[in-house]
Amino acid sequence: MKFVQWLANIDRRILFLLIAASVIVPLLVPLGMPVKVTPQAEAIYEEVEALPSGSTVLVAFDYDPAAAPEVHPMGLAFLRHCFNKKHKVVIMALWPQGAQLAVSAMAEMTDEYDLEYGRDYVNLGYKAGGDIVIKSMGASIADVFPRDMAGRPTASLPLMKKISSLNDIDLIMALSAGDPGIPAWVRVANALFQKKVAGGCTAVSAPQFFPYLQTGQLLGLLGGLKGAAEYETLVERPDAATRRMDSQSIAHLVIIIFIIFANISYFILRRRPEASSGGAPGAPPPSP
Amino acid sequence: MRREIPMIVAFVAGVIIILEFFVPALTPVSSRIQNWYLVVVAFAILVGAFNLLRLNYMKVRHRRTDWPFAILLIVGFFTMALAGLIGGIDEGTAFDWLFNYFVYPMSSTMFALLAFFVASAAYRAFRARTVDSTLLLAAAFIVMLGQVPIGSIWVPSWWPFFLSPDWLKDRIMDIGNTAGQRAILIGASLGVVSTSLRILLGIERSYLGEE
Repeated sequence: MKFVQWLANIDRRILFLLIAASVIVPLLVPLGMPVKVTPQAEAIYEEVEALPSGSTVLVAFDYDPAAAPEVHPMGLAFLRHCFNKKHKVVIMALWPQGAQLAVSAMAEMTDEYDLEYGRDYVNLGYKAGGDIVIKSMGASIADVFPRDMAGRPTASLPLMKKISSLNDIDLIMALSAGDPGIPAWVRVANALFQKKVAGGCTAVSAPQFFPYLQTGQLLGLLGGLKGAAEYETLVERPDAATRRMDSQSIAHLVIIIFIIFANISYFILRRRPEASSGGAPGAPPPSP
Repeated sequence: MRREIPMIVAFVAGVIIILEFFVPALTPVSSRIQNWYLVVVAFAILVGAFNLLRLNYMKVRHRRTDWPFAILLIVGFFTMALAGLIGGIDEGTAFDWLFNYFVYPMSSTMFALLAFFVASAAYRAFRARTVDSTLLLAAAFIVMLGQVPIGSIWVPSWWPFFLSPDWLKDRIMDIGNTAGQRAILIGASLGVVSTSLRILLGIERSYLGEE
């Protein structure tokens, strides 16, 4: 019974240590678990494959460093796919720190591919205003972004000479960690301008976008690190997300085991109320 | 007039933008208003930055709780601003270096701490006390397992597919979750419509600083 009581009131530092170990050990000793691709990720891949070479893809970096460990790998995998297919990429951000994350993503891309700024890709930078930015881009991108992130006139960039508004964009990939993000692109770019919109987001926010998937307003969705690992699998270039999936698998398993143990101790102590005291199960849960 | 003028501006701008959907001739006027909005938003960011500095300066001046952190914020604010203004924000600049080696790891670390608190909270609060909480617990187990590779690799070949965490997770997400999310979405959208109408008609005035 003492063990059960100890289990019920376990020191949170032990839980923290076990979680830390479940994350760190698989990073050091990879298990190489296979990643199963969902239809939502495959739909995005197929759409990029189906676009004729040289099509224009807009990638919105609507997230910040907090969400980057989950969302950034899917951005890298998606950009690799676009450049493998020789598509032109227009980058922008509705989040202030997103534009800077795009800079580091493109630094990796320029190391891997023979890319020329202004011809193969442009980074328009950040613009505040959410839905209204997207709506105004439907009329003229140069009006909303008169200069790119480095301050060059947008109209002087060869790629932007062929792109005047959202109508000249073939596919939009919204990498999003909140608002403004995927809902804004669906509401405006898809609903108003009938553009194809795909999304990538943190795992915690993915469930809220399923109605858009079912209606076809969102052609595909990469949800969290798993979504990023799925896209890495599709482009046959396993990278950070695939490596981190082992850690996430073990961490999920550890949390499930925690909950099972907590419930076992809860039921045992509930039958012997005299044994439960303090923060034991049955009492109102303390703050985490 | 401090109350009436903003209300008139909100009413005129809102009505023109709504009418634009039905009267295409109003598009040029609506576009102009939307461009003004982008300018106003940009200035709002400046006001926000100034306000952040002012609040933290007051915190340091009056030695309020945790005032040393306010000094860190002010130093960080000016360091990033000066790095960006002097050297630019492109790849390889001081701003880019500060962003990649300070802002990025610190911000990611803060978010990553959530995993530890979620684990601790789940351990202490996630109990099968009632039928509802048991259902929630079962759904959470299935989604947590189905969301990661381990959820599909442990299933033996003879295991019925409709009992695998993968298959069950997809059903929970596609049916139960989508229905619930759609209800929330429609409810929230109706709320946005009614609040917008209240603002346009001058009934809702909290944006003017009123109760």
